[in-house]
Amino acid sequence: MAVVDQTGEPALSSRRGLSRDTAVPRRTPVTWVRGGGLTTVLFLLPLLFAFGAFSWYPIVRTVLMSLQHTNLVQPATWVGFKNFEQVWHDPLFPVAVKNTAYFAGLALLFGYPIPLVAAVLMSEVRKRRGIYSALAYLPVVIPPVVAVLLWKVFYDASSAGAFNTMLHWIHLGPYPWLQSEQWAMPSLVLESTWANAGATVIIYLAALTSVQTELYEAASVDGAGILRKVWHITLPQLRGILLVTMILQIIGTAQVFLEPYLFTSGGPANATLTVLLMIYNYAFGNSLGGDYGAATALSLMLAGFLAVFSLIYLRATRSWSTR
Amino acid sequence: MSDGEGGTGLISSSEWRKPTVRWSIGTLQALLLVALVFGGLGPILWLAKGAITPTIDTITHPMGLFPHGAAWSNLKEAWTTVHVGLYFWNTVVIAFGSWASQIVVATTGGFALSVLRPKYAKVINGLLLTTLFVPAIVLLVPLYIEIVHPPLFHHFSLIDSYWAVWLPAGASAFNVVLVKRFFDNLPREIFEAARIDGAGPFRLFWSIVLPMSKPIIGVVSIFAVLASWKDFLWPLLVLTNPNEQPLSVRLPEIQAQTSLGVFLAAMFIACLVPIAGFLVFQRSFLRGGGLGGAIKG
Repeated sequence: MAVVDQTGEPALSSRRGLSRDTAVPRRTPVTWVRGGGLTTVLFLLPLLFAFGAFSWYPIVRTVLMSLQHTNLVQPATWVGFKNFEQVWHDPLFPVAVKNTAYFAGLALLFGYPIPLVAAVLMSEVRKRRGIYSALAYLPVVIPPVVAVLLWKVFYDASSAGAFNTMLHWIHLGPYPWLQSEQWAMPSLVLESTWANAGATVIIYLAALTSVQTELYEAASVDGAGILRKVWHITLPQLRGILLVTMILQIIGTAQVFLEPYLFTSGGPANATLTVLLMIYNYAFGNSLGGDYGAATALSLMLAGFLAVFSLIYLRATRSWSTR
Repeated sequence: MSDGEGGTGLISSSEWRKPTVRWSIGTLQALLLVALVFGGLGPILWLAKGAITPTIDTITHPMGLFPHGAAWSNLKEAWTTVHVGLYFWNTVVIAFGSWASQIVVATTGGFALSVLRPKYAKVINGLLLTTLFVPAIVLLVPLYIEIVHPPLFHHFSLIDSYWAVWLPAGASAFNVVLVKRFFDNLPREIFEAARIDGAGPFRLFWSIVLPMSKPIIGVVSIFAVLASWKDFLWPLLVLTNPNEQPLSVRLPEIQAQTSLGVFLAAMFIACLVPIAGFLVFQRSFLRGGGLGGAIKG
């Protein structure tokens, strides 16, 4: 039976046990193969290849490259933390960090309460609730490139642009949208919120169904109105999922790339240059050859920051989320 | 979504009978519906209208409800002159390969980790979960260099080969975890019975586990195809030949080459498959919303 335990294949023991030499319960390559060890490895091969080559190896390689100077032509040389210093002293670095934080903050401001309010209202729709959720989710399935380029058309700064035409109906504008340093970032956030809010709505809708009906009934008996029930039952019951969606949204928006890349290329005057766009520019923005060391260094700085931020966030909210 | 009445119980039936509640909640919900139609459907309808409207009309009256004369030629011109037809098939080919690679990795890997359970499964599980916490941007540069100069195979570049998109797509830890969870919940007794009847691991995988796992394979397939259809940065980096690029990569270039009407037609064509997929498989999208439901199992 010892062999069986080692190979972890109890079901095959009955067939193999008959022919087995009782004196040798040791583990050899042969027993391993007969026990199904090789078959298991065969099944794991696609996974090991895909993750080994395209996930685990590149992660290790990033760490190495951030400490090297690489240009793909000459062999890489070790430079210590020079890449990190270079990024740190890059005059664009504080700009990109500030812009990314601004994007994440604005996205939280726009994008966090709206799906929650919408989901609570939708969950109480009595007829054809499916239409609501389908409409809310529709922007999520639009390819992001199409969404951004379509909104770029809407954001046309001339008075004949789609948004400016609509705002003209209520005697506002025309606004410069993407062309002004002040309005460019809020414009990006607006599109991003439109594109992503539906997914959060669906998550909240699922979570709302798990709130126990008895709690609402008990509160009603005690004379609580609808708003008080939302405040004292719905929100506290959802707090776990609310905390998760908040940190996921912050992690996601900290890595915003497509919007600044396609809308504005980081302009005007670097007003929408984000950390990811900066990484892209380091690595691929220069036609003469990429600065891969700086790009990997900055990507590790971002990943490290997000990891530390998430840990602090989870620590700080732990007592609140499990109470 | 199943019970048409009553919602989650937040508003009790006695409250629903009060006229003030009925009116205020009803008004809010009606406003929400208007906002959703305007915000969710509006841009897509605008795009559809723009795709068959003469460019000059879209420019001068962007918010006009009805076009002055139809321009079906936009669609035809986009498909042929701007080569959207070619890019469309490129997108299909890329999506199909990415789907196949994700399914193979997720099902075989999930089977090995959940059903065969070797001793070292814990280590692999741990490594998989770790990758879930690593932001994708960390992988971008080394992955790109790996494609340009594959290790072990020097003088051989995967740039401009679809394999450069297909193979890395397989490394989705999320898929493996999802499929493994599903396999974990399949009844063990059936596996034992099959083994006693003499079925080996391959037979078990192909004739028992896979047929029982159609729901999860369906979900993973839908999200794999959609994700591939949406992908932009990676194909932009590794597919440099315009004749091989998918629609999402070509659209920014198309914008610069052609009139607004044809460009809108091209974007409309790019939306068709995801929207059709969403309408057909609505349940998979909305029940548990993919991510939320998946995390909760």
